[in-house]
Amino acid sequence: MLFSPKNGKKSNGGNGEIIAMRALRKVYDTGAIQVEALRGIDLAVHRNEFVSIVGPSGSGKSTLLNIVGCLDVATEGSYLLDGEEVAGLDLDQLADIRNRKVGFVFQSFNLLPHITAYENVEMPLLFKGAGARERRERVETLFEQVGLGDRMHHRPVELSGGQMQRVAIARALACEPALLLADEPTGNLDTTSGKDILGLFEDLAERGHTLVLITHDMALAERTKRIVRIQDGRIVEDRPTSQAA
Amino acid sequence: MLRAGLIFKLFRRGAQIQRKRMAMTVAAIAWGTLSIVLLLSFGEGMKRSFSKGSKGLGEGIVVVWANATSKAFEGFPQGRNLRFHPDDVALVRATIPEIVSASGEMRRWGNNLSHGRKSLTKPVIGAEPEYGELRNMIPVEGGRFLNVRDETEKRRVAFVGDELAEELFGEKDPVGETLLINQVPFTVVGVLKKKIQMGMYGGPDSNVAVIPLSTFRSLFGRVYLSDMVVKAADPAENETIKKRLFEVLGAKYRFDPTDERALQMWDTHESQQVTINISLGIQIFLGVIGGLTLLIGGVGVANIMYAVVKHRTKEIGVQMALGARRSYVLGPLVLESLALTAFGGAIGVGVGYGLVRLLGFLQTKANSEALEFMGAPTFSPAIAATTVLLLGTIGFLAGYFPSRRAVAIQPAEALRYE
Ligand SMILES: Nc1ncnc2c1ncn2[C@@H]1O[C@H](COP(=O)(O)OP(=O)(O)OP(=O)(O)O)[C@@H](O)[C@H]1O
Ligand SMILES: [Mg+2]
Repeated sequence: MLFSPKNGKKSNGGNGEIIAMRALRKVYDTGAIQVEALRGIDLAVHRNEFVSIVGPSGSGKSTLLNIVGCLDVATEGSYLLDGEEVAGLDLDQLADIRNRKVGFVFQSFNLLPHITAYENVEMPLLFKGAGARERRERVETLFEQVGLGDRMHHRPVELSGGQMQRVAIARALACEPALLLADEPTGNLDTTSGKDILGLFEDLAERGHTLVLITHDMALAERTKRIVRIQDGRIVEDRPTSQAA
Repeated sequence: MLRAGLIFKLFRRGAQIQRKRMAMTVAAIAWGTLSIVLLLSFGEGMKRSFSKGSKGLGEGIVVVWANATSKAFEGFPQGRNLRFHPDDVALVRATIPEIVSASGEMRRWGNNLSHGRKSLTKPVIGAEPEYGELRNMIPVEGGRFLNVRDETEKRRVAFVGDELAEELFGEKDPVGETLLINQVPFTVVGVLKKKIQMGMYGGPDSNVAVIPLSTFRSLFGRVYLSDMVVKAADPAENETIKKRLFEVLGAKYRFDPTDERALQMWDTHESQQVTINISLGIQIFLGVIGGLTLLIGGVGVANIMYAVVKHRTKEIGVQMALGARRSYVLGPLVLESLALTAFGGAIGVGVGYGLVRLLGFLQTKANSEALEFMGAPTFSPAIAATTVLLLGTIGFLAGYFPSRRAVAIQPAEALRYE
């Protein structure tokens, strides 16, 4: 299936750990005050897992997911992404890792507003250096899969919220990432579109993608297979849900 | 795929966006370039016309008038009037080796000049053959200035100013025609080639008739010169010449060589220096105005660029989140500022060049003295290129530095910008 992640490719970690974090700390230095957003996180996520992160506002969920997705770096501790140590990499090396291994879906979609949906999805493939033909085939396939084949050449402003999030998901999947991350992907959507998007994620999980998403909605979290609860920068609960096999 | 190719592709994609701001940047660069090109084109034209005009009277010549003594000397009282004799020209040439060329000059006003039924009242000059070159009286092709035979044979020939020629002869070529000076027939041998003359004594050269000094003396019965015109091989020797003139003529006419009132002199080399300084001053003035214009333009461009980048910080963050390396973001931005500058600069230079040509054309049509004196605005490619480069650099730096900051932070932070 086109939606499946790369099959057969063994992770460098050997034991199938996509995320391996140890004693991770993150301190925001705003000059006047220092905010310790993460106070020692140990977390392991294996291939094909479907995890939700929950917790009160300001507990550090986004901070954690940003570090997981290499959008930010930890202040202290070790983080292996798909077997590769991330600490100490420079900005361009981190960019390459994000491009190859991570797909990120944001609450506010973050589509580039001046280019079409098609061009948005094509962007990571451009950065990867894919040829014109590969890009076209891949982008068209992705649009088919998210059910937006007829909206490819629209600009983001011409799309509904749910449609924009579908484009964002297609974009996140463009380079067949080892890890798909989403920070409150349904937070800006009405209930129906939210359910739609969640269905899409469930579909992806079913097809073998490794997914981590942040949510406020416990009902939604219960539909994933594992819940990690964060409070004050620490993991206070980590349990499988009823969905777990 | 080549990285340069990717950056170019990203540039082309990015170039679709922010049309309004891009148009503003192009307009700012075009406007700045246009203002400076025009300003300095006028400056350059004025400088050229100044330097041409200051040479109109003659380059590096000294005109000498006999005046009156202000000091008693060897038994002569002060206040004695002095007058040059035509022989004095030969005397100063023989005794002052620095003088390479010299001519006596006699002037008479209120002469009746006529041809056919046309009749005018104009000044007439009697001068020696060297006078033509000394005073920059260049003949129009087909004619000549007075020569040695005219002088020795007391010929009745005349060299006429261009305006006088037009007034008297109209469209007709005056060379070979007969001109009556106070009813005495003269043959016109040459017409003055039009020149810009800023310095003058006794009227512009365009408005006189010049005849041989010998002819002038017998025609009008004059004994004394109005003045002498002398020239050194090198204008740096003018000071020596002036000092020696006091000594040589002082010895002949018995006045104190330190009596500054005895002789009056006009050193065009000296006044040319003044003119050069004035036109330099004007150029500096225009340059300062141009610089300020450029600064304002630069601030405008910088402001736009800065706003663009500020606005784009989040978009830069998105691109980086998708895996863009720093050069994928900076490269297209650099190309963009270069393209905007090239485009704006081309418009500014093009319009500026067109306006300069148009003004030059209008000037020749209008035939106004003031416009003529202002000089034809002269387009300078060097100035245009410098302007475009400067504005481009400002625009580039203003865009480059904030973007470099945007790509130097982690995408998580860039994404927090709204
Ligand atoms: N860039 C930053 N600079 C300084 N402090 C920050 C920054 N980002 C987050 N913080 C702080 O770190 C803590 C954790 O923030 P984070 O955004 O991770 O919380 P969250 O769990 O995602 O909350 P929410 O559910 O509201 O999105 C908060 O106290 C927040 O104020
Ligand atoms: Mg958050």
